[in-house]
Amino acid sequence: MSKFNRRSFLQASGSAIAASAIPGIGLLPQSALAAETVKLGLLHSLSGTIAIAEASLVDAEKMAIDEINAAGGVMGRQIETVIEDGASDWPTFAEKTKKLLQRDKVAAIVGCYTSASRKAVLPVLNQNKGLLYYPTYYEGQEQDKYVIYPSQEATQSVISAIEWMAKQQGKTFFLVGSDYIYPRTCNKIAKPTVARLGGTTVGEEYVPLGHTEFSSIINKIKAAKPDWIYSTVVGGSNVAFYKQLKAAGLGGDKQKLLSTVVSENEIDGIGKDNAVGYYACMGYFQSIKSPRNEKFVKALKAKYGQDRVVGDPMQVAYNCVYLWKMAVEKAKSFDVDKVIAASAGLELDAPEGKIKVHATNHHVSKRVRVGKARPDGQFDIVFESGIIEPNPFPKL
Amino acid sequence: MSFEIFVMQVFNGLSLFTILVLMALGLGIVFGLMGVINMAHGELMTLGAYATYLTSQFFAMHLPALMDYYLIVAIVVAFCVTYVFGYALERGFVRWFYKRPLDTLLATWGLSLILQQAYRTIFGAQEVSLPLTSWLTGAWEPVEGIQLPLNRIFIIGLTILVAIGVYLLLYKTRAGLRSRAVTQNRAMSSAVGINTDRVDATTFALGAGLAGIAGAVFTMIGSTNPGTGQLYVIDSFIVVVFGGVASLFGTVASGFLIAQSQTTLEYLMSGSMAKVSILLMVILVLYFRPSGLFSSKVRS
Repeated sequence: MSKFNRRSFLQASGSAIAASAIPGIGLLPQSALAAETVKLGLLHSLSGTIAIAEASLVDAEKMAIDEINAAGGVMGRQIETVIEDGASDWPTFAEKTKKLLQRDKVAAIVGCYTSASRKAVLPVLNQNKGLLYYPTYYEGQEQDKYVIYPSQEATQSVISAIEWMAKQQGKTFFLVGSDYIYPRTCNKIAKPTVARLGGTTVGEEYVPLGHTEFSSIINKIKAAKPDWIYSTVVGGSNVAFYKQLKAAGLGGDKQKLLSTVVSENEIDGIGKDNAVGYYACMGYFQSIKSPRNEKFVKALKAKYGQDRVVGDPMQVAYNCVYLWKMAVEKAKSFDVDKVIAASAGLELDAPEGKIKVHATNHHVSKRVRVGKARPDGQFDIVFESGIIEPNPFPKL
Repeated sequence: MSFEIFVMQVFNGLSLFTILVLMALGLGIVFGLMGVINMAHGELMTLGAYATYLTSQFFAMHLPALMDYYLIVAIVVAFCVTYVFGYALERGFVRWFYKRPLDTLLATWGLSLILQQAYRTIFGAQEVSLPLTSWLTGAWEPVEGIQLPLNRIFIIGLTILVAIGVYLLLYKTRAGLRSRAVTQNRAMSSAVGINTDRVDATTFALGAGLAGIAGAVFTMIGSTNPGTGQLYVIDSFIVVVFGGVASLFGTVASGFLIAQSQTTLEYLMSGSMAKVSILLMVILVLYFRPSGLFSSKVRS
């Protein structure tokens, strides 16, 4: 029996190769192929500026796929991975989504990192009834019929972070962010939260994306002497910001700073010495002590090398594949509408702990944590929230 | 604004000034003197940054005792690597486009994309982190409340050295004389026996080498990733164009003006608005003085 199965699988993959090589004969073998494998699209920027943040997500997704395949696949079918490069260019994301849905006929896509790329693919998803799992923390304000959002939206991390910060000593906050939608939304949520807790916002600054000169902002911080800096500076600017803070005598030992965008992966680039002592608020940290997480980290290091670190978005990318698998098995179908309907209320035992897809809004309820950067680039977890319900449309 | 903050702001202006000059000097030579629009100039800086990274790796592995001084060696290494690369680039690529400025723009832009992707393939898409040098960490505190970051003081000193070096090289040596002669009148220089091909290559390589130094130094204050160069190249072009093409003095002066206005405006308004104001100022000045603040008259 098993011999027969393996053989027919080999035949099917043989015809799959033939079909992809010669587009003309795609018609007949493809239906034969569909009986044996199911396609999952991975769409991230492997080149261009955003590849810094995005390329590593593919590794986590591939690992999840390999694990699932080794354990027998999804409803008995092996997952066939189709990887596309969005090239940090939003129209390319839309085009590749179209290609994945129309030509490859993938059952679902795990992909996108920036909100801009996600917004670009939404119309394509809606036209072609395609399903997207979006693995990045983001600003909320969205709920698309064809998207599942398994990461934390802004209220989940920002409100918990500010509440925790206010509970420590200090009541004055200085907000610094890159000038685009995520930081501005986060700060819109942060300011009333600070006020509600009896604190004051003593400064709010935005720098253009890619900005590398922070000396003036650092002087403003020195003049305002805040107890806390809340940072949503992203990308290469982050590196410059941390380095210059430290050089100006506001290192992690002298100034309290919390960021909702710095994970272990970012610390790699910032430099461990520059980040030590600063805080981050994330859903996941590599240092979470639980058998599930230790197994996950061990498997990842075995696959990609002992030096590899894993941050929040990578872990969520890994969860995305499992959430899709569970939804398919619950729906007993690969049909997108049925999978979406089955997603509501799904619970996954993820490396970060239990996460649960909301009944209606496609986001997940989960815990967030605050970590303090250690000299080795990992975080000491100093706070863990309760389960937080997602609220993508807060009243601001 | 308290006195301490004022002093630190003035210092920031000076620091940004030297950073802009260091960035723009190489471009000032390549674009300003030679007239080559090199869109890949930023990637030459990135090359310098990665050369610095590799040097630090080498020191960490073989000379851990001298780790504190790797940066000094790295600056020299970065200059040499980008100089050689620039030389090869000019001979193998740029020189075929001398009479087609628009094609140069496209070709070097393509080259910059190729280089970025090459860095991504070789070093990975993630940023690389460079070790801190202990004697450049922290700040000098002449008076209580005034902290002047040591790495910025180092950059100021280095830029002064480099600027003097470039001045001496261009205005006090035979090689500099030849390169200025070729810039001013290629046909005549050729007629009096100057090997213009060779002068082109060395001048371009010098510009590239300066970009390498800038790249090496910026690892201290910014990030090192395949796209790093993109962050600096626009500012470099603005400084050079604003100062007046073909005038290195103009480049320095415009660097000073832009740096001081930027730090002042950044303090008074938000970072984004400061940037907008600077660009508006540049546009206004270029509207009334199309060839920049200081334009030297060149016979066409």
